[in-house]
Amino acid sequence: MTLTDLMNAPAPASGWVLAQDCEETGLDPADIRAEMARRIGEMRASIERGLSSDAKSITGMVGWNAKGLWDAPDALNAPLIRRVQAYAMAVNEENARMGRIVAAPTAGSAGTIPGALLGVADHLGIPDERLVDPMILAAGVGKAISKRMFISGAAGGCQAEIGSSAAMAAAAVTELLGGSPRACIQAASLALMNTIGLVCDPVGGYVEVPCVSRNAFFAVHAVSAAQLALAQLESFIPPDEVLGAMAQVGRMMPAQLRETAEGGLAQTPTGLAVTARMEGRQPDEGGGMIELPMA
Amino acid sequence: MSLLDMIGPVMIGPSSSHTAGACRLGLVAHHLLGEAPRTASIGLHASFAKTGRGHGTHLALVAGLLGYLPDDSRLPDAFAEAEKAELKAEFHDVDLGDVHPNTAQIDLKGDTGSVTVIGSSTGGGIIRVGNVQGFRVDFDASQPTLLLRYVDTIGVIARVATTLAADGANIAALTCAREKRGGDALLAIELDQPLSEPALNFVRAWAGMAWTRMLPKLMDG
Repeated sequence: MTLTDLMNAPAPASGWVLAQDCEETGLDPADIRAEMARRIGEMRASIERGLSSDAKSITGMVGWNAKGLWDAPDALNAPLIRRVQAYAMAVNEENARMGRIVAAPTAGSAGTIPGALLGVADHLGIPDERLVDPMILAAGVGKAISKRMFISGAAGGCQAEIGSSAAMAAAAVTELLGGSPRACIQAASLALMNTIGLVCDPVGGYVEVPCVSRNAFFAVHAVSAAQLALAQLESFIPPDEVLGAMAQVGRMMPAQLRETAEGGLAQTPTGLAVTARMEGRQPDEGGGMIELPMA
Repeated sequence: MSLLDMIGPVMIGPSSSHTAGACRLGLVAHHLLGEAPRTASIGLHASFAKTGRGHGTHLALVAGLLGYLPDDSRLPDAFAEAEKAELKAEFHDVDLGDVHPNTAQIDLKGDTGSVTVIGSSTGGGIIRVGNVQGFRVDFDASQPTLLLRYVDTIGVIARVATTLAADGANIAALTCAREKRGGDALLAIELDQPLSEPALNFVRAWAGMAWTRMLPKLMDG
């Protein structure tokens, strides 16, 4: 199953994905749909916990951002954006607290799909039953990506991780809003195209900074891609070629920028101070502990 | 890999490769040991060694050794649970060579037996087992997997295949490795359905059959 296959599938794309997957694995379509519905419920529960808690993660770097955004006044008068961002951060803060979440496709990128899909659905008053098929399409896009490329930051940088989740979310939102299979995959392609090159540089090696806010950004990114695709805009580079480019960039990326915390934000003075503090030692450089920005 | 592996697993955070995948690697060792584990010596390679502690990798591995699934709410308390279950776990860094950065070597002992497993967590909670009891294997626990250790003789694989066919268990993939001609061999067979208990007992009773395990499917899809 390639992105091109999905793009040229009969509508709805999710129906074709489900039929293909069940043929391949021998699983029952009704079981998959029921389990997806249960997982949407798990996503919703993690959003609710995340929006109501301001408990810090063990490092103290994150934990209050989703609730803070949710409780703050809407600065832009753009409730959809705030909802999508808050949902995404709620899931990833739950994750950082070692809470229960649904990896989609990974735990580090778990907020993007619920942020975009559940956020848009709630904004428009669409019930959860109608999210099962878009979620199946999201999974199909993830499967097509993982067959060609990688979905973990350790293997391909954050582009592989958040890029995959954003592409999956973009396709799902597009189908939810009535987009054709072509529009769904174009949305995925546009989202991927704009994520190429993103490195994985978690501060202290924890799935917290920049992961939590990055999920909020990429949930909006996915909704934005859906909007473009629903207006018939298309990715100039065909979807599978975009995927090939992303895989190539991932292979060219040095190990320091692939989740090892040996580059990027992780190597800033503050990043090094966090690492040192969590390891119970003084930072190697900079003459003593740096006071960390806390809420 | 199915759709349920892409939206899933439902898990305790923070990392699907370091936490959920590590838990599943522990589960492989748990099932292959087949009795209560007493001591675990766990070697962490590359990224598992470097960033594992922050990701709860150690907790998740121990949770798996105790038989917990990746969404078990006891996962963050796995060390305390291990103490209650009288399991002692020790961690060290190890260089396993040219393998995936998220790879662990688990040496697990029970009261009567022991097992050694080397496996990688490749992202999204998906795993790949590369070595069992010192023999090269290659399976992902997405299917029930039959493991047999026996003395290499002509016709063993044919007999196993015949028994599986009679039991209605279809072979999806198979790897076989041996020390030397006529030496110890290990066969790992991924199946569409697990082998029935009577058929498993039948295989266990064969001359030269040293060790048999039916590893259940550990993935969601």
